[in-house]
Amino acid sequence: MESTIIRSENFNAYFGSNHVVKNITMDIPKNNVVAVMGPSGCGKTTFLRCINRMHELIAGATAEGKMLLHDDDIYQINPILVRLKIGMVFQHPNPFPNLSIYDNVIAGYKLSGMRLSKDKRNDIVESSLTKAALWNEVKDSLHKKGTFLSGGQQQRLCIARAIAMEPEVLLLDEPTSALDPISTASIEQLLFELKKNYTLIIVTHNMQQAGRVSDKTAFFYVGELVEYDNTREMFTNPKDSRTQNYITGRFS
Amino acid sequence: MAKIEGELKLLREEVTNMWNLVHSQLTKGLTALENFDKDLAREIVMIEKRVNSAELKIDRDCEDIFAIYCPVAIDLRFLLAALKTNTNLERMGDIAEGIAKLIIDTESAFKPALLKATKVVEMYHEAIHITEEILVAFEKEDSAIARGIFKRNEFLDKINMQANELIIGYLKDHPDEINQALNLLSIIRRLERLGDQAENIAEEIIFYLEAKVIRHAKKGKLID
Repeated sequence: MESTIIRSENFNAYFGSNHVVKNITMDIPKNNVVAVMGPSGCGKTTFLRCINRMHELIAGATAEGKMLLHDDDIYQINPILVRLKIGMVFQHPNPFPNLSIYDNVIAGYKLSGMRLSKDKRNDIVESSLTKAALWNEVKDSLHKKGTFLSGGQQQRLCIARAIAMEPEVLLLDEPTSALDPISTASIEQLLFELKKNYTLIIVTHNMQQAGRVSDKTAFFYVGELVEYDNTREMFTNPKDSRTQNYITGRFS
Repeated sequence: MAKIEGELKLLREEVTNMWNLVHSQLTKGLTALENFDKDLAREIVMIEKRVNSAELKIDRDCEDIFAIYCPVAIDLRFLLAALKTNTNLERMGDIAEGIAKLIIDTESAFKPALLKATKVVEMYHEAIHITEEILVAFEKEDSAIARGIFKRNEFLDKINMQANELIIGYLKDHPDEINQALNLLSIIRRLERLGDQAENIAEEIIFYLEAKVIRHAKKGKLID
């Protein structure tokens, strides 16, 4: 049986008095790719940001309910430690513009004040870039700025930066929406490889992408989790009419 | 209306039109059999060309919709069902053509006693009813009507199973009518296959409406 790595129980999130994530209970199985989809404003990105406590960084943002990593309540742990275990990749590739590719990969260690030997740093850079399927393309230009890379390569660099911290879970917020189809395909292939070692939760507007990359899919609508099922089942036989209307493009 | 809905509506109309063509082949076939009307039988062979081109057009349209709209859920199931129904209908057209050719090849009018003994006319009527019923199930999106096909098809199977014995019995008394008796046996076999094609379509309608795959399931369970 698949073990659960993240579990949310009756989880709610607010922006001031605006209730944007409503009573979400769902289990994320380990080493799965879980897609979260839904129309704009449905709370999917907010939910994602609640998983590694990014939500609370916004003024007036609050959350309640349980969010567990294994059996530990994420909201009882130091948020810095939470973000070490639960990494995040954003919609637009955002390598640090003034840092080299090499320094981008180990930026998490530098920013959290963790000192590493040169050999250890080299190992982390090589293994992270290899896992992000970028090593062969950049191994001879590690000291060039990350911003010299193409959009797809920059996003893979951001993934390398996230996995350099050896997280257990990787959150991806529309990671390919700014990329061309070839870069998108390489990121999708990468997600398939990464799930061997990590659990991935991806917010996407691209339903075909959700279908291609994920094992399970959650459909959010006005802050509620409408349906959560195996992706193949969801895309062939959704149980809720709202899910069906959304994925078939009949949403008004 | 989402654009795909318009495309699927057109596809539905195309499948219905093809169905009507095949239905016209079958009804003409029954008349040709009863009246030994070879001209009408030749007309059925001509209609088959239109059925074939309708099949190709539906195939192409399905391919386009798959490529352009990447359908999911009920749209995907409808498209898969339409594609398979298209193939089944084309085969039904082939069967109607085969029956027409057997009528054309038969030297003299079928003896009323032979038609009666084999129950072929009754079988033919039932086969046409099944085809009509399955179209109603498709148009009304009614899986209960589609399920009814399995029960009705049992009648065709029963006549088919009795056919050898009945024909042998008839030939013992009428050995000079071997040509038309064998052709009639072939017609019975084809009508039985027609029922199987209708069952396949019923299965596709149920898949489309209920997302249940019932191919290769035990018939008794489906009828209950």
